[in-house]
Amino acid sequence: MVISTEKLSKKFGAFTAVDAITFEVDQGEIFGFLGANGAGKTTALRMLTGLLTPSSGKASVAGYDVWKQPEMVKRRIGYMSQKFSLYEDLTIKENIRLFGGIYGLSSAQIKSKTNELLDKLGLHTEAEKLVGSLPLGWKQKLAFSVALIHEPKIVFLDEPTSGVDPITRRQFWELIYQAAQSGVTLMVTTHYMEEAEYCDRISMMVDGKIQALDTPGNLKKTFQAKDMDEVFRKLARGS
Amino acid sequence: MGRFLAFIRKEFRHILRDRRTLLILFGMPVAQVLLFGFVLTNEIKNASIAVLDHSKDVETTALSNKLASSGYFHIDKNLASEQELEPAFRSGKIKLAVVFPPNFAENAGRDGAAVQLIGDASDPNTATTLINYANAIVLDFQREKAAASGANGGLFLINAETSMRYNPEQKGAFNFVPGVMTLILMLVSAMMTSITIAREKEMGTMEVLLVSPLRPLQIILGKTTPYLVLSMANAIVVVLLGIVVFGMPMRGSILLLAGECLLYMFVALSLGIFISTRAKDQMTAMFMSGLGLLMPTMLLSGFIFPRESMPKVLQYIGNIIPASWFNPIVKGIMIKGVGLEALWTHTIILGLMALVFLVLSLKNFKDRL
Repeated sequence: MVISTEKLSKKFGAFTAVDAITFEVDQGEIFGFLGANGAGKTTALRMLTGLLTPSSGKASVAGYDVWKQPEMVKRRIGYMSQKFSLYEDLTIKENIRLFGGIYGLSSAQIKSKTNELLDKLGLHTEAEKLVGSLPLGWKQKLAFSVALIHEPKIVFLDEPTSGVDPITRRQFWELIYQAAQSGVTLMVTTHYMEEAEYCDRISMMVDGKIQALDTPGNLKKTFQAKDMDEVFRKLARGS
Repeated sequence: MGRFLAFIRKEFRHILRDRRTLLILFGMPVAQVLLFGFVLTNEIKNASIAVLDHSKDVETTALSNKLASSGYFHIDKNLASEQELEPAFRSGKIKLAVVFPPNFAENAGRDGAAVQLIGDASDPNTATTLINYANAIVLDFQREKAAASGANGGLFLINAETSMRYNPEQKGAFNFVPGVMTLILMLVSAMMTSITIAREKEMGTMEVLLVSPLRPLQIILGKTTPYLVLSMANAIVVVLLGIVVFGMPMRGSILLLAGECLLYMFVALSLGIFISTRAKDQMTAMFMSGLGLLMPTMLLSGFIFPRESMPKVLQYIGNIIPASWFNPIVKGIMIKGVGLEALWTHTIILGLMALVFLVLSLKNFKDRL
């Protein structure tokens, strides 16, 4: 178990964005946070990465308390934000070197990581190009690979595929599977229902609460639905 | 340390790759110094004046010639009577009139001759400057004459009558070089810093940095260090231009000036960080620093308008602007050649400002991001 929360809540004034959520995630799992816009997925993710302090409740990531030992947590997690996470006015190589440097990799490590990463993405010829000139799909794949550069235990992805075409989205998920197979735990938020099928387990969020948490197959069975979209609609109507 | 260096290298790349940033950083200071400098000096050098000479003796001719050959004035008209003064000013050609009463040379040798300097007050800045120049030339003339006649046991006295006060520091370049310095350093240190931090927030990269093992203080230092270096480079460029192109003196200690610049930059940088914690995007940061910092620096610090002539309320507001304290420091060191003993109040106030804004912005940075 690499992530666990206990009655984690976040209030913004009178508004409760996340309402006492409790869940656990195992190592190597692809854990999906599903919900409409404003359901609290991003807020939950931001609390787990230490970007937001919770109003109440507990959370531990990679075995460390997120608010008592933030430095220990930060070194062991990767993060890809909703907005683009790389610098568009730096080249691919420079971005890799920067984040390698920020995470304390030695220059030898950065060099081998750079080659490995460019191989994997087939971007050797583009290495000296500014990231801003790349197509969006490539940018997202690159951002994900850079988020993995310091070999984190857990990677948080906040709507990584929003605005990307379905084919690229599929390719992106190939990368996520590869990472999961190598033992990395992934926590993904999305509002694309078909992406939910790719996750090992899904937590459905409605108005800040986790309304359902199970594997996609079990959820479909419980709700007697043919796909995740239907599960979600039944859930949203029920609440 | 390696983390921090990687971060700083990135920051320099941002700056060097953005043409607009480069233009503001290096084009602006040079353009401003040259623009302010030449606009002011051209006006003075081409100023047309009128002379109304009731004496027409050796001394008035000599003084008129001295005025004309100073390079600052050009005698456009020789008037015959008081009646011609008004039309001459009305035409707008004449910026200054010099009136010699009768028996000038005679009176100068006895109990003092009078000379009247009349400025065109519809343009008060120019009028003040011109009158100060004329006054200085008249005084210089009197000194020369007194020295020459002193050998003969005589005396030579001229009483210049002007409506405006004499201010020996009132020389074009002396005023705007320190002024441009306060402005440029505020621009680079505060405005550029607030924009660059706001950019990270706007783009979403700030989140990625905050999730990384970099500490908030490291992020702030990483973002500000390059601008501190560039501000210092800019300060040097402005001072050098002032000295080389406009003949500013450098009478005080360069080391002291550099130290005071650094202090002022700290104030500006912490103001920039403070603004960036409040602004959610680059546009807001730009407006906040433009309206909140640059405008007051330009208008209320005494750079363009003398603070003494402002309403009391604006003078009080001017007191909380860092530039109001930094401007006299630069003038004091460069022009008067004074040391810390004359500037310690200003220095302490700037130091306190730096401390307050730094604490405020660090606190805000943690709370807001």
